[in-house]
Amino acid sequence: MTQPSFLDLIGSGPDGWGPALAAGALMTILIALAGYAIGMVFGALGAWAKIAGGPISRSVAGTYTTVLRGIPDLLVIYLFYFGGSTAISAVGHLFGASGFISFPGFLAGALAVGVTSGAQQTEVFRGAYKAVHSGELEAAIACGMSPFLRFSRIIAPLTLRYALPGMGNVWQIVLKESALVSITGVVELLRQSQIGAGSTGRPFDFYFIAAMIYLAISTLSGALLQFGEKRFTRGVRRG
Amino acid sequence: MDFVFLYETFITLISAIPMTLQLAATSVALGTVLALGLALCRVSGIAPLNWLARAYIFIFRGTPLLVQIFLIYYGLSQFRGVRRSMFWFILRDPYWCAIIALMLCTAAYSAEIIRGGLLSVPHGQVEAGRACGMSRFLVFRRIVIPLAIRQSLPAYSNEIISMVKATSLASIITIMEITGVAAKLISETYRAIEVFIVAGAIYLAINFLLTRIVVLIEYRLSPHLRQAPALQPVAAGEMR
Amino acid sequence: MTAMTPITTTPAIEVRGLRKSFGPIEVLKGIDLTAHEGEVISILGSSGSGKSTMLRCINMLETPDAGDISVAGEKIGLKRDAKGHGQVVDRKQVQRIRSELGMVFQSFNLWSHKTVIENIIEAPIHVQKRPKAEAIAEAEALLEKVGIADKRNHYPAHLSGGQQQRAAIARALAMRPKVMLFDEPTSALDPELVGEVLRVMRSLADEGRTMLVVTHEMAFARDVSSRVIFLHQGAIEEQGSPGEMFTNAQSERFRKFISA
Repeated sequence: MTQPSFLDLIGSGPDGWGPALAAGALMTILIALAGYAIGMVFGALGAWAKIAGGPISRSVAGTYTTVLRGIPDLLVIYLFYFGGSTAISAVGHLFGASGFISFPGFLAGALAVGVTSGAQQTEVFRGAYKAVHSGELEAAIACGMSPFLRFSRIIAPLTLRYALPGMGNVWQIVLKESALVSITGVVELLRQSQIGAGSTGRPFDFYFIAAMIYLAISTLSGALLQFGEKRFTRGVRRG
Repeated sequence: MDFVFLYETFITLISAIPMTLQLAATSVALGTVLALGLALCRVSGIAPLNWLARAYIFIFRGTPLLVQIFLIYYGLSQFRGVRRSMFWFILRDPYWCAIIALMLCTAAYSAEIIRGGLLSVPHGQVEAGRACGMSRFLVFRRIVIPLAIRQSLPAYSNEIISMVKATSLASIITIMEITGVAAKLISETYRAIEVFIVAGAIYLAINFLLTRIVVLIEYRLSPHLRQAPALQPVAAGEMR
Repeated sequence: MTAMTPITTTPAIEVRGLRKSFGPIEVLKGIDLTAHEGEVISILGSSGSGKSTMLRCINMLETPDAGDISVAGEKIGLKRDAKGHGQVVDRKQVQRIRSELGMVFQSFNLWSHKTVIENIIEAPIHVQKRPKAEAIAEAEALLEKVGIADKRNHYPAHLSGGQQQRAAIARALAMRPKVMLFDEPTSALDPELVGEVLRVMRSLADEGRTMLVVTHEMAFARDVSSRVIFLHQGAIEEQGSPGEMFTNAQSERFRKFISA
């Protein structure tokens, strides 16, 4: 039996894993997007608690960021995957189901990635808020804006502009972190590469192509983000 | 809360701490040497070296660490040449593969930190060194490096902490460090939350200690940034 | 320069017994001030005399600890909290009154994410709920008036300090304010840019606008204002027409202040 060439391996021919890898890459992007969106919510809540919260919500947010920036992401994924499975198995027992019901890997992974990136996002948002010039806020007060108007018309857009570079960094981290979700069995890019490596005995080829796809996704999205940032931050001084 | 279980988990996990620390310490130490080389290439002003270092940093920062680990541990074994080489005894060993991958990865991140530190050294201080007859190397060793280290310590402490966290990935290639043992405990007991709490607390304690140590080193290394001694009596008076 | 308005009309701004402390420091020690329609009042004083704080109390950027403030006859509701600090009773009322006062800051405080024209139409559209087309037309007229019509679509970061301050004046005018408050409008400007801002302020005074101006510009106080108030350590030391004040002031301190 002749070995298929590297190009056959990654192409779409009979020996080709191209379509499977493309589907895996798509799944990677989906996990990263879902995780990022969840992280935005956690980040916004965390920053809000740290900026405007009382002593209790401030310390909750402080504990959240300290803990999640100090423990491995992999551990958090285990927590959500196995913890989630244990929880729904317990619920299953109540309704007469027996045995172990496994928690959807995609959901566990997106939640875990979201909660960890939320801690980073919290700091990004908080730093951006602090960068907003207090005089601009004062001008908004002086012309009679209500707190809601001040937030929606002045504070939020300015904060977002200052936060953009940091948010781009978090996206890159989330994208790489999504590879860890492969341990839950979700067939994203790395898991698909493992499957390919196992069934062809060509691990280097598969992990190499996976690395190149990750590189391509991160470079492309990075360029996209930078383009968007340039368009969006017109007029804002860059420090 | 089942304290007996928590205690037993804690005892089990403690035995895995040395492995985590060993992985982190070895890869950070080796990675720093490599990072210094990369940073020097970046600031060397020699275009091919600069480009080589940039490409290295780009690739290792743009791909997930887990993929890098898989490439080294599983990937290299695909080649007969590697399997027959004198390095095979290292490359077949998950422990060393984990260390190599961690080292290569942290080097890419640290190189940029060191480069930032090197660039932060004011040109005048280099000129002053040259002016009193120091050789290029001597200026580098006596003036540039000490200033650059002080400058990059805070960022470096973050990098060390992310390395401690990154060692957890070694568990995926069968190394029984803290996360590996924790995962095994979870799959045996189905008590994810309790195990998570204990393992998480251990990581937090390690990282807290490391942060304190770096702060201490930073303090020791930067007397020039502290308040001038003449002002100290006033400060002491206020404290009373 | 301007004839005294008869006292029978409702004053544009009336301040009675205004007090304000920051921690242990009493910055304002009972200020009384009445500004009638069409008056241009220059408020002078060395730094720390409380002149900016007084201005900021009028539109509640600082909440007074004691005293009454009325704008066009409407008293701003204030109460004291448990610690003795002043508190606004009705936030809606304060927001409405603020929209009737145009504030110009020392550091311009233009919104950096909006162009000049967007800065000007922001409050008319969103606070006063005026039609967009009308707000834009009015904003363009105001830009013409302050002499930066060509900067309409520039972002503040791309303007000189003098241009930014003129845009900020236009922004304040766009709310059709009853009174304009100026908080050291030229202090953050390079000397060569001060003139263009003062010219705009002078034209506003000539239109008969009611203005309260905290300033260090003696020439403006002397030539443009209808009344000069000299603040010292949180109290009004002396006030009068610029003619009296600059030739025949009673206060030794004020004479020293203007000769400095």
